[in-house]
Amino acid sequence: MNYPNDLFYTNDHEWLRIDGTTGTIGVTDHAQGELGDVVYVDIDSSLGDVCAGDTLGTIEAVKTVADILSPVSGKVIEINNALNENPEVVNKDPYGEGWMIKIELSDPAEADKLMKAPEYMALIGE
Amino acid sequence: MKKTAFNDLHKKLGAKMVPFAGYEMPIQYPNGIIHEHHVVRSKVGVFDVTHMGEFIVTGPDALAFVQKVTTNDASKLNFGKVQYSSMCFENGSIVDDLLVYCFGEYFMLVVNASNMEKDFNWLSANTAGFDVKLTDISDEVSLLAVQGPDSVKTLQKLTEIDLSQIEYYNFTEGKMAGLDMIISRTGYTGELGFELYMKCDEATACDIWEQIFASGQDFGIEPVGLGCRDTLRLEKGYCLYGNDIDETTHPLEAGLGWITKFAKGKFNGSEAMQTAKAEGLKRRLVGFLCSEPKFIPRHDYKIFSGETEIGKVTSGNISPILNKGMGMAYLTTGFEKLGTQIEIEARGKRFIAEVAKLPFV
Repeated sequence: MNYPNDLFYTNDHEWLRIDGTTGTIGVTDHAQGELGDVVYVDIDSSLGDVCAGDTLGTIEAVKTVADILSPVSGKVIEINNALNENPEVVNKDPYGEGWMIKIELSDPAEADKLMKAPEYMALIGE
Repeated sequence: MKKTAFNDLHKKLGAKMVPFAGYEMPIQYPNGIIHEHHVVRSKVGVFDVTHMGEFIVTGPDALAFVQKVTTNDASKLNFGKVQYSSMCFENGSIVDDLLVYCFGEYFMLVVNASNMEKDFNWLSANTAGFDVKLTDISDEVSLLAVQGPDSVKTLQKLTEIDLSQIEYYNFTEGKMAGLDMIISRTGYTGELGFELYMKCDEATACDIWEQIFASGQDFGIEPVGLGCRDTLRLEKGYCLYGNDIDETTHPLEAGLGWITKFAKGKFNGSEAMQTAKAEGLKRRLVGFLCSEPKFIPRHDYKIFSGETEIGKVTSGNISPILNKGMGMAYLTTGFEKLGTQIEIEARGKRFIAEVAKLPFV
């Protein structure tokens, strides 16, 4: 499994990539592996401002359903609509094509509270 | 944690192993549940289902005993026949569902892994007055389910028995891949398929596995796990003990009237069920399909009609063939008609579904 060093990670297995003031959110390789085949990604298209910990949507996999929680606060600016047609990219490319949501960060310093790759890998026992 | 003879093979194949009924079992292999589902529907897949329990009932009263403890009519069986049946407590609630194999003088009962101990104790408690002997052979038996349209072609190369002559819910004893085994035309997938009961050491069992895979290579044979076993059975509307039937349900409301034969005489639970039938069933197990996109029903989600709660989802998943949510649920009598619109509650929202004919596929 793969945990890039340039990402931030949450206890709930989301990742966050920061480019300037934009944060991109998805779920980790570990999460997709545990979920198994992802069949639907349902992101609430009416979302505006969100706080860290808010539910952004749900991932339906064959075995179970999981919430997507926002790692940080800010305003939702883009949703990956390609997941409607090809949800399986969450399994195949969780950090690339499988991204889910982009947020305009209200406080980039919030990311400091998240984990870096070594810490996250310790959490999941890798 | 118990391991089956095929445990090392599963791990070498990259299976995700999970604890299931005291066994470490493969839930899926690297290609995933949906892929495996399609392999079984279109080619041929092999399940390790060694965790199932097998009990032998012998003795002069074997038939009378089986008649007392099961709901279906075992007197209809002769050598080589298999029967789907259930066992009930006196109050009509379900101890387990099972397969009854008739070997003429004696019977083999194949029960759910998760109920093995409970079943054996219940059966033992029912032997009073019968000249029978119960033997649990579960630990000696390895069981593979070879399922899918190409299962006959795969297995035919390994045996001189004409497999095409074995009808659904029939079995024969004979040599397959050099080993004497029970070759049963049964399965939990709704596809053409066989279940192979083998009494042998681990090395022999693994050799049989390898021979089956070598033989099925031309047909695209793959190992398949418990994950797709669940989606496959649900598409066919087969009950799963612990979800759709349990100690709080009886066969009639579960749609298992067809394996409940009052005409054979008194049996465990028959009086309670006849009373329930006379009073009118309060709820029925139905199938439903979801019309809303991006929603998969799950076990225990509540079901409403307007403000009235009318039931709960017992099994739910995505149908890989229909590509929509499917499930089964007990609904209050009156809501069981095909086409009835129901609302499933999840995450504080309501999702529309419709009562649908079983099997879904």
